[in-house]
Amino acid sequence: MIEIRELRKSYRIRERRAGPGAALASLVRPAWREVEALAGVSFSLSPGEIVGYIGPNGAGKSTTIKVMSGILVPDSGVCVIKGRVPWKERKAHVAGIGAVFGQRTQLWWDVPVAESFELLRAIYRIERGTFRKRHDELVEALGAGGLLGSPARSLSLGQRMRCELVASLLHGPDLLFLDEPTIGLDAVSKLAVRDFIARENRERGLTVILTTHDVHDIEALATRVILIGRGSILFDGGFSELLAPHREKGVERALAELYGELGIA
Amino acid sequence: MSASGGGIAAPVRPGPLAPYLGLFRMRLVRGLAYRAAAAAGVATQFFWGFIMISVFQAFARAGYSPLDPREIASYVWLQQAFLVLVVVWFRDAELIRLITTGDAAYELVRPVDLYAQWYARLLGGRLAGAALRSLPILLVAGLFPEPWRFHLPPDLAQAGLAFVALALAAALTVAVSMFAYILALVTLQPYAAFILLAPLAEFCSGLLVPLPFLPDALRRVLEWLPFRAMLDLPARLWSASLPASDSLRPFALGLAWLLVLVPLGRAALAAALRARDVPGG
Repeated sequence: MIEIRELRKSYRIRERRAGPGAALASLVRPAWREVEALAGVSFSLSPGEIVGYIGPNGAGKSTTIKVMSGILVPDSGVCVIKGRVPWKERKAHVAGIGAVFGQRTQLWWDVPVAESFELLRAIYRIERGTFRKRHDELVEALGAGGLLGSPARSLSLGQRMRCELVASLLHGPDLLFLDEPTIGLDAVSKLAVRDFIARENRERGLTVILTTHDVHDIEALATRVILIGRGSILFDGGFSELLAPHREKGVERALAELYGELGIA
Repeated sequence: MSASGGGIAAPVRPGPLAPYLGLFRMRLVRGLAYRAAAAAGVATQFFWGFIMISVFQAFARAGYSPLDPREIASYVWLQQAFLVLVVVWFRDAELIRLITTGDAAYELVRPVDLYAQWYARLLGGRLAGAALRSLPILLVAGLFPEPWRFHLPPDLAQAGLAFVALALAAALTVAVSMFAYILALVTLQPYAAFILLAPLAEFCSGLLVPLPFLPDALRRVLEWLPFRAMLDLPARLWSASLPASDSLRPFALGLAWLLVLVPLGRAALAAALRARDVPGG
């Protein structure tokens, strides 16, 4: 379903030093620094998998997700998802995937959630009967029925995330990218989100790539984890296998120790 | 349960334009909620209208005016009534927020053309603003004593042409203002982007000084630019200072500019997005 080989991406970042002298100098000759976000990333995914994509901050997780969801063009490498190259056939590609970015909203900020959903129906050009059926199922599964009349900006984070999940699946994608979907959520919402993802995967065969810093998300959902650090894949396999050497310390500490040992903390 | 049960028509998938119509409609409906802003705008525009009419009629009294007092009043009131349709500085605050935070890139996860999507929402926002402001201004200005009174065009044909010109003006204004959003995307300084473009467009479209008042040499240049059809053309047609028979060339030029600016803007937006890939994790 996903085939990624030797994916590379660097960013050019403007260097700024402190002090008025340096500020003036950078007006004339700006200093740039190359940051390698992806240094040759390769992995593949089969339909129906839930993969936890983990790594410390700045490791390249979001960059990978952005490339896979057609937002970002890599410098080199291969990325084929469901037979398409995301940035070459962006519209056809994104019509068949869902994406939730925990730190951004996909809903229209100042309109009732129901109107956002209706607009998504127009955007994805979903036939009305199909839309109603999926809409009702998703709203029911996430307990979002009472939220439909409120604008996104007045929802709590947990309420909003439920609506984001509905929004990401209205068009019936079989592949879902979740970039930190549980960030900042309370225990109840976190569990609701986890249960929902597990059920969509079990009942519909939804393929999921999940980035998160919450090891419990991974533990609860993913059978396979891919660990990325400094733009390279450092591990690809079972979660228990990854943590085996430090298991007795508990998942959180075990992962932290591992990051330390790998020099990516 | 679903509507398709005993329906008259077979289930229909929304057409290819549905996404853009949906976004346009959403902005239009949302825009109609900003009534307080519109009321404030109406007050400002009456004030400006009076000042402009007084100034240019002073020229007319001194015998220097290419427009007669009636034409001046109608030109100015039409311009003030449809101001938000034709000025570059009328901005979509939410789009600017998307641009400066980097969230604009995330709009690419939807299967729509980004340029067309922005175009639709900007046009919707402007139409909403104009719908709220234009009627009160035109109705009240129609009751003013001469020489401040707003007049209807002499005949239906001239009025119809003026409305077509107004539609072209709105289409062009969105295409032109799009470059300010694109510049904001590159520089991350929306204020600077609009400050560069807005006054230029205002002057060249005849918003500050109606184009007939400008020196001939300058006016002849401005008549070739896209800005002319953003304001001067509809206002002159409405005030009947430009006969319908002379409007073919400016219409053709305006349309040609639209056909140039839209593809140019699309290409610029694509390039700007590529140049500005947002770093992160």
